[in-house]
Amino acid sequence: MAVMANRPLLEIDNLSTHYISQQGTRVVRAVDDVSLRINAGETLGIVGESGSGKSTLALTILRVLPPAAQIVAGSMMFENEDLVRKSDNEMRHVRGKRIAMILQDPMASLNPLFTIGDQVAEPIRVHEGSRRAVAWQRAKDLLKAVRIPSPETRVTQHPHEMSGGMRQRIVGAIGISCEPRLLIADEPTTSLDLTIQAQYLALLRDLQREHGLALIFITHNLGIVARMCDQLAVMYAGRVVEYGPVSRIFNAPAHPYTEALLNSIPRMSDSRKRLTAIEGQPPDLSALPRGCAFAPRCPAAFDRCHKETPPEFNLADGRTARCWLASASVQRGAA
Amino acid sequence: MKQFVTRRLGYSLLSLLLLSLTIFFFVRVTGDPAALLVEPGASEEDIAAIHQRFGLDQPLWVQYGLFMLNLARGDFGQSFYYQTPVLDLYFDRLPNSLLLAAVAMAFSLLVGIPSGILAAVRVGRFWDSAGKMFALLGLSLPSFFVGLVLILVFSVFLGWLPSSGSGGVLHILMPAFALGWYFAAAHMRLTRSSMLEVLGSEYVKLARLKGLPQSLVIGKHAFKNALIPVVTLAGINLVLMINVAVVVETVFAWPGVGRLLYEGISFRDFPVVQGIVIMGGTMIVAVNLLVDVVYAVIDPRIRLEK
Amino acid sequence: MSTSIETISLPSDLSPRPTASRLGDTPLIPLIILATIALVAIFADVLAPHNPEVGSLTARFRPPFWQAGGSMDHIFGTDQLGRDVLSRLIFGARVSMVVGFTAVIFAGVVGTVLGIMAGYLGGWVDQVIMRVTDAWLALPALTFAIFLAAIVGPSMWNIVIILGLVYWTRYARVVRGEVLSLKEREFVRLAIVAGCSKWTIMRRHILPNVVNSAIVLATLMLGVVIVTEASLSFLGVGVPPPQPAWGLMLSDGKQGLMVGYWWLTVLPGCCIMLMVLSANLLGDWLRVKLDPQLRQL
Repeated sequence: MAVMANRPLLEIDNLSTHYISQQGTRVVRAVDDVSLRINAGETLGIVGESGSGKSTLALTILRVLPPAAQIVAGSMMFENEDLVRKSDNEMRHVRGKRIAMILQDPMASLNPLFTIGDQVAEPIRVHEGSRRAVAWQRAKDLLKAVRIPSPETRVTQHPHEMSGGMRQRIVGAIGISCEPRLLIADEPTTSLDLTIQAQYLALLRDLQREHGLALIFITHNLGIVARMCDQLAVMYAGRVVEYGPVSRIFNAPAHPYTEALLNSIPRMSDSRKRLTAIEGQPPDLSALPRGCAFAPRCPAAFDRCHKETPPEFNLADGRTARCWLASASVQRGAA
Repeated sequence: MKQFVTRRLGYSLLSLLLLSLTIFFFVRVTGDPAALLVEPGASEEDIAAIHQRFGLDQPLWVQYGLFMLNLARGDFGQSFYYQTPVLDLYFDRLPNSLLLAAVAMAFSLLVGIPSGILAAVRVGRFWDSAGKMFALLGLSLPSFFVGLVLILVFSVFLGWLPSSGSGGVLHILMPAFALGWYFAAAHMRLTRSSMLEVLGSEYVKLARLKGLPQSLVIGKHAFKNALIPVVTLAGINLVLMINVAVVVETVFAWPGVGRLLYEGISFRDFPVVQGIVIMGGTMIVAVNLLVDVVYAVIDPRIRLEK
Repeated sequence: MSTSIETISLPSDLSPRPTASRLGDTPLIPLIILATIALVAIFADVLAPHNPEVGSLTARFRPPFWQAGGSMDHIFGTDQLGRDVLSRLIFGARVSMVVGFTAVIFAGVVGTVLGIMAGYLGGWVDQVIMRVTDAWLALPALTFAIFLAAIVGPSMWNIVIILGLVYWTRYARVVRGEVLSLKEREFVRLAIVAGCSKWTIMRRHILPNVVNSAIVLATLMLGVVIVTEASLSFLGVGVPPPQPAWGLMLSDGKQGLMVGYWWLTVLPGCCIMLMVLSANLLGDWLRVKLDPQLRQL
């Protein structure tokens, strides 16, 4: 359900993050000329293979990049402020408080030496200056909100005493603890059992509704996208190759990569005997081929695709596609 | 858990057994153990008595049995020079070595841990290179050289510190520094690599994502986790220190177990040498066992391995 | 815009290489130093201005030439028996080099062979070798060496054997670990299938692949061995007098320490330090170059 707002909550324009090797010789273009929008209360799905740049994009938004990575171009307007221009200290007040993030592996994300209560109360104490008792009470309430049974006992336990599903809920509790406007979830269900996944997704949806959160959901699973997301951005080789409302894209993908992804999902109603995989390998991000990055693997590629990199074309219904096939029917838009 | 402890205990006992065998073997490898076990200038009767006592005419396994029996009873032989049982001498001197090792350990941790953390947080930059330099120096300068230079500077040229003996606080400063120097470098190295690993972990990343200030990210989340392997090593090193302090104690005439060993060598007092070696090995096996068990108590995953 | 404060999270594959960058870029300096010491050791007879073992009692405790009382005759002064310090340093290099290299090679050969056998043959061979290794590793090297030296008595070759006995266990452990992972590799399995005998496989397939680690370990051990030998000599159970060993010179130098005859201790100590430092630098560089996976060393 898209909540229409006047301005998008987060507007990313032409963002590029590159990893530069120590000697300056190798440049990995992890995120290249990415433009996205998300409105308040909306869910944006970001889909792509490993190495497509989705995690780097998430880390870029919160400016938690390793030293070898740099934002080389673009802007990220969040509530009228450009996150790219902020100092690290200013970003600290954004992280966890206005924009929060959930990581993939809950066992690794929680510090094994500290109690659950401590780790959930921490952002509250830091961002709101609450006293310990107050923050701990909030922590218990949060655990209840993420449907963890008997929070009073859980609060003094350590991460290794919990199951995987519970740990991920705790990470979720940490995420919403300071009532952020935007929550970024980087593959939050990938390390969970299938049976728990559905519960967790339902929890996320409920939390989103209750708190009016915008959610960026990073995943490689299109099934989840279909259930959770309003908008979808498909990433390949660091670029957004298709973007728009989920249902429209699923019905009529504009980019061959999206189409191939949709085709590779086995369906119950399928009469095909074999799984279709996409041929070839994702490209080396430090040595991208000339032209469209997907061209070497694209069944519909033609001459121009191998020579010129396609820009983002605006299609109808607020969709964009980075493909020469799209240019036939629309005029070029300013991406 | 019990299974783990029993297994680990078994390994330790086996190690001790092998050690005793090794010592036993080497004493007899020269063919004439009596030469070692007898006081210099002993009479015929004395030599015969020694033969009797250690069963030197008996088959080897009998000798070994006697050897182990004596060890079990705490009979490590008698010092030729002091005419007292070796074990008594050992425990008499041990507190001094412990004191020296404790101070040296404190020094090595106080220097090693902060510099290791600094090197990790500033990896690839000045403090890291300085740290690496320090680590190299620590490994390359033998402890007795450090001790001698210290004496030169602080006792001879400046006259500030006493060069030998064990009177008061001033007496322990230089030996502790000389002994702790190498270990400071070792601890720095381990702290640095442990810290680097922790800094790259997911929970540190999440701590940053939570918007925690740098001080909290490093001081709280990274620090405690990084310290675990260092503390483990420090425990083992403490016992190691007691044993390798022989040179430092000799330089500074510090009345510890190491100096006793030196006396043993100088006076050809073999029972003392043998006794110290046995105790040294035993202590290290014991502390390794202790550390493994404590670790298993803290971290349940370890118990499931092996 | 990314400030220098964002230095915390490091993805493992893209973190800056922390080791080789500054200190070990070129092993030139340590190599030169080691080569110089080796040359000095080889040509000691020619280079030394005086006989290192015989001194003139009328010329005792002369200071180095730049201090009052010194002369160019004895550039670095003389010791308590009137022996020329420079000559003793030069011949001491020979002792350090010989003992150092021989012991390291001896320990290396024994340790590598046993490590390969333990790793490849497995079973009770492995158990026996590993139990002994573990037990011996529990004994501090210096203590063990002193013990052995007290038994057999000091002589240069005894020391070499003793050091070899004490240190082979380090090689055995590392080599065994390597062999365990090598055993699973394709070319070994092919050789087995082709009908090669165990010994042939160990000799022709396993051995060349562990040589790298053995060499790196040997370089790193060189420093340790030299310090141990110096310690032994210092305590009086190492290379016996009148042969000049740096550790022994330090022990002798103790006598003159309280009266400020600094050159008798500082100079030999610096030689030890130079040699060990170079060996360590070289070893570090080799480790990074030959195989970055040898981090556990």
